[in-house]
Amino acid sequence: MSAVVSEHDDHHADDHHDHGPAKGLLRWIITTNHKDIGTLYLLFALAMFFVGGAMAMVIRAELFEPGLQFVDPAFFNSMTTMHALVMVFGAVMPAFVGLANWQIPLMIGAADMALPRMNNMSFWMLVAGVLLLASTLFMEGGAPNGGWTLYPPLVLQPITVGKAMPFAVFSVHLLGISSIMGAINIIATIFNMRAKSMKMMDMPLFVWTWLITAFLLIAVMPVFAGAVTMLLTDKFFHTSFFNAAGGGDPVLYQHIFWFFGHPEVYIMILPTFGVASTIIPVFARKPLFGYASMVWATGSIAFLSFIVWAHHMFTVGMPIAGELYFMYATMIIAVPTGVKVFNWTATMWKGAMTFETPMLFSIAFVVLFTMGGFTGLMMSIAPTDFQYHDTYFIVAHFHYTLVPASVFILMAAGYFWLPKWTGHMYNEKIGQLHFWLSVISVNILFFPQHFLGLAGMPRRIPDYAVQFADWNMISSVGGFIFGISQLLFLYIVIDTIKGGTGEKVSDEVWEDAAQHSLEWTLPSPLPYHTWTTPPTSVPTEHVLDAH
Amino acid sequence: MSEDLGKKNVKLARKLVLVAAAMFGFGYALVPIYDVLCEWKWIERDRPDAIKQVPIAAYKVDLAREITIEFMTTLNESTAMEFHAEKKQLKVHPGEYHTVNFYAKNLTDKVMVARAIASFSPALTSRYFEKIECFCFSEQTFKAKEAKTMPMRFVINPELPKDYETITLSYTFFDNTEIQ
Repeated sequence: MSAVVSEHDDHHADDHHDHGPAKGLLRWIITTNHKDIGTLYLLFALAMFFVGGAMAMVIRAELFEPGLQFVDPAFFNSMTTMHALVMVFGAVMPAFVGLANWQIPLMIGAADMALPRMNNMSFWMLVAGVLLLASTLFMEGGAPNGGWTLYPPLVLQPITVGKAMPFAVFSVHLLGISSIMGAINIIATIFNMRAKSMKMMDMPLFVWTWLITAFLLIAVMPVFAGAVTMLLTDKFFHTSFFNAAGGGDPVLYQHIFWFFGHPEVYIMILPTFGVASTIIPVFARKPLFGYASMVWATGSIAFLSFIVWAHHMFTVGMPIAGELYFMYATMIIAVPTGVKVFNWTATMWKGAMTFETPMLFSIAFVVLFTMGGFTGLMMSIAPTDFQYHDTYFIVAHFHYTLVPASVFILMAAGYFWLPKWTGHMYNEKIGQLHFWLSVISVNILFFPQHFLGLAGMPRRIPDYAVQFADWNMISSVGGFIFGISQLLFLYIVIDTIKGGTGEKVSDEVWEDAAQHSLEWTLPSPLPYHTWTTPPTSVPTEHVLDAH
Repeated sequence: MSEDLGKKNVKLARKLVLVAAAMFGFGYALVPIYDVLCEWKWIERDRPDAIKQVPIAAYKVDLAREITIEFMTTLNESTAMEFHAEKKQLKVHPGEYHTVNFYAKNLTDKVMVARAIASFSPALTSRYFEKIECFCFSEQTFKAKEAKTMPMRFVINPELPKDYETITLSYTFFDNTEIQ
């Protein structure tokens, strides 16, 4: 890169050795700049959000009425499977890695990520992994349709997998390697690249939550890679890890999968907590309440995530002692999570609040995530879980914790930082319209699914008994409104990058934001290179109670 | 980035790669760990290899109790067989020996090696269901279109806890020809 010296529009930086990006499209392929890679991740995640969303629209269209309307059952099941895989591994996780790439170096006063070339590689490996996964849609027998959990024996049966299964497995390998490399990079950046003046307990919560998430990724992605490798060898090399005929046990797969799977759900929610803890104090114009308890709560949730996995499989036939242990251990998670919710509420308490779009999304997150948490508590009760298991109740639960939580916070992060990144203000009116359409339609979409689940409608079915018709129709209508509303977000992102309202934003963008975090002390739009000289002092107002 | 910092970063990255590699190994280590944990007495699991042939024991027949044994026969998807038990249900006293015949036929024109895997419901009862003779102890080889009548001789250990009145025993035949 050092060979590419151009007289570039980088007038802010006085460093004479500074250089801008490479010219043309090649810039995006060879870039090692954390901002470029962050942009790539975020745009890729946005594209995948619409791909996964289109699959969800197919699902909701089919479920609009009982009976088979548009797609055959195998394709329907491919849609539920692929929707989940694309959203988890293609949209939510990469979006947070994109945010980490942009924000972590800015927030800790580092010039770039610790391992910039590996950073580039992990992005392109993600693209390769997702393309490999998407290619299965065009294969004989169709895309994987045994559910995103890839449970054997279903996933091993020739009739349900066609030719797609090995491609899905290799795709998981690539996605796993990509996330592990991203995680290693984030840990190295936070540990080694932090400005000298910033102690661990000075770090913004977004940095803290990502640090802990990165450790979760390194700990569990390899386990998932191992589990799918076992599936692969069972299928093609006559091993019998999960094959009962050879002395294996399909239940073993569930244990290994959920040993990965449960931390995985926190991989998607902990950075969400971090962003919420960053946005809420700015618009409440108060320091974050309970900084230290937030850090410890994040750590506790991460630890607990490793010892509760079997609550995903209460109905598999566990000893009573196991059911009780996993039930109580799961309930304990509500304590640190409750600490967080109360802290956000206390941060807003008596604050001089304003309600710009990022704050609206964040408040909706606190409320709706809490609802998702409560249904989670209901399902943690082992005896009642037998009623909810594999019904639309669980679908409603995890969508509440993912859509109006992770996805809303990603939107909030977009509105919050886009003006800083681009130097342009987004259109507040359209932003608020996007918010209100989203928050109303997401509830029309997912709330009725609680009723459907309690009434006994199973998940992953293309057709259903007529008594479920009304709520399904309402849910589908909500789904269509939600889906179409997201085009507003796409419009706003493009519009803001192109110039937005034309209003020149200040360095701080939001009132007194510089008191909360370092990135707001830099010029807007951000120059291509930042913190070539580390900051000498860091804001500590947000961590008042930690000192 | 200074050279020292670069080295420090690479060093840390190497360590973390090792952690990731170790966790990959841990995923595989869960397989034997799972087997060991499932041997614990309080884990109610019926493992096919744990249900072994037991020597004939003279139990005192408990005429006061009657246990209903239900038989289920299933075929794994790709197993081209006919398979059923001579009876769907049997009432037995604990301590009493019984023989039930199972009938299986290879529907293909080729030799088939198949294995029957047992499963109990409730799982805990598997410990008290003692088999003297069973076609499930080993793989069965069927010639083309061959039909076999296969006996299974068993006794219910009278120590079976009082809570259990019905035991469902299911056999699934898996076609293992290709794995040979």
